[in-house]
Amino acid sequence: MVTDAPARGACDARAATLEERARRALDGVVDPELDEPITDLGFVRSVRAHGDHRLTVHLRLPTSFCSPNFAYLMASDAKDALTALPGVAAVTVLLDDHHDSDLINRGLAADAGYRGTFGAEAQDSLDELRLVFRRKAHAAAMERALTALLRQDPALTEEALHGIVLGDLPASGATRALLRRREALGLGTAPSDPAMVDDRGEAYPPGEIPLRLRFARSVRLSIDGNAHFCRGLLRTRYPDSAPDQAPRREDTTAPSHSSSERELTP
Amino acid sequence: MALWDARPSNQLNIHGQQFIDCFYDYHRNLSPESELWPYEDFLYYGGRRLMKDLFDDGYVDHAIFQPAHLGAFFGNGFGQAEEAFALTRQHPDKLTYNHCWDPRLEQKGLEQLRRDAERFGLKGAKLYTAEWHGDSRGYKLDDPWSYRYLEAAQELGIRNIHIHKGPTIRPLDRDAFDVADVDKAASDFPELNFVVEHCGLPRLEDFCWIATQEPNVHAGLAVAMPFIHLRPRYFAQIIGELLFWLDENRIQFSSDYALWTPRWLIEKFVDFQIPEDMQGEYPPITVDQKKKILGLNAAALYDIPVPGRHALAQPAQSAGV
Repeated sequence: MVTDAPARGACDARAATLEERARRALDGVVDPELDEPITDLGFVRSVRAHGDHRLTVHLRLPTSFCSPNFAYLMASDAKDALTALPGVAAVTVLLDDHHDSDLINRGLAADAGYRGTFGAEAQDSLDELRLVFRRKAHAAAMERALTALLRQDPALTEEALHGIVLGDLPASGATRALLRRREALGLGTAPSDPAMVDDRGEAYPPGEIPLRLRFARSVRLSIDGNAHFCRGLLRTRYPDSAPDQAPRREDTTAPSHSSSERELTP
Repeated sequence: MALWDARPSNQLNIHGQQFIDCFYDYHRNLSPESELWPYEDFLYYGGRRLMKDLFDDGYVDHAIFQPAHLGAFFGNGFGQAEEAFALTRQHPDKLTYNHCWDPRLEQKGLEQLRRDAERFGLKGAKLYTAEWHGDSRGYKLDDPWSYRYLEAAQELGIRNIHIHKGPTIRPLDRDAFDVADVDKAASDFPELNFVVEHCGLPRLEDFCWIATQEPNVHAGLAVAMPFIHLRPRYFAQIIGELLFWLDENRIQFSSDYALWTPRWLIEKFVDFQIPEDMQGEYPPITVDQKKKILGLNAAALYDIPVPGRHALAQPAQSAGV
């Protein structure tokens, strides 16, 4: 996947290992809106380790007009993840072909932070943005897990989801994905905790559940749809990105008998 | 639909090229292979080609211009106002010209809006809130100057406000990741119709939540329509959700011409049905619903006469006004 692999000397094997470790570290960096690792999405254009323990990573996005705050967020998360790797002396993360590439790349090189990079336009921190999308990711994961349960048990009504606790959910990928997203939001993950909860972890009144489930479904649909759109656009823009993309693990636009068992993220 | 000029001679900077390249990627990604245009045609196609694609080949009875100015990217603007308006005067029965404004032009722009409303006979406007202007990369519908423009629109009879709320190009924390500003404006201007283009995609749920509460908020299917080809099940989900959260009177077809030509979109939509295995979640879409979405809803908003053969037993009504 390193298309511009340099001629290497004796440290070949060690560099390859570092590149491999770097890729695994980048698996932990997610596009917040698509709720998927940037590695699966094909956003990592190249990872290159140099002999002196330096790493250079190039990122690419589906359009040059992808929102700059998301672009910055992923690029700076990538830099943080790589800098934390043991034995790395320096990390350069470069965002390619974006309308704010120069600005973002300068900001990353100087570790200027979000506000330092964008100045007056960055009124708030990125924390709020992250929180919004963590909440959406949680709603989507909750809908996946509970819809799977409803399909499994035709006698179970939507209103009765009020009584369902996490311990009632099968040990499936969808359940594990839900637990991880609850953790990310600081919500309870005990088997006795209610499964259908709002952004703050409060259970919904039974009467509200059908509507809330429906809303969670449109959240999930948005995220899935965006993921497909962004993948397609990336391949259109960079035909060589196709082999770098992993299929979305849960495809709700495929016929309905597919894969509620598979996990959304590793 | 639009009549744009994105040729290098009209590009002011690299962003102009990036913008049209982004559009062209949308076109290449979502079009059937037989409908792909060469890049050169996509940059500029002119009025004659537009009339042919829409009316000779495209089954269209009436089309409404939705121009984006993008003056920070294109010297003479992206949407070609004069050319489009001239075309509208040649074919008043077929074309309606909507214009655009930018509230950051403040008093001067407001005066221009009054002149434009009279000259163009405006019934609607297209607002591109992600438009760049000086240091600003966007505005909100509930900014104080925005409100003054909406007040003027109401007074001038510009009833239909189309707002781009799509794949975002607006940066930073002023990013349009929700449609909250539409919510406020729709509550405060109940006489206006707010047609949210791209129905909030990529944040469909935020849009639906607002549209259920605001009867004058409508869904424009711009950029949602072409999914009917490549991802028909996703399209079914979008239409299914919109019919659930809104109703059939508040959903409007869009071809996004020249991102896509209308002919294949209309053919596919006429033949479209919710896949059988999804009909538990979403009821089948009816012929009347399709008629409303394809044109009767827009005709109601714009007072466009509907030939008898297209009418329903129960005429379509604007739910908002």
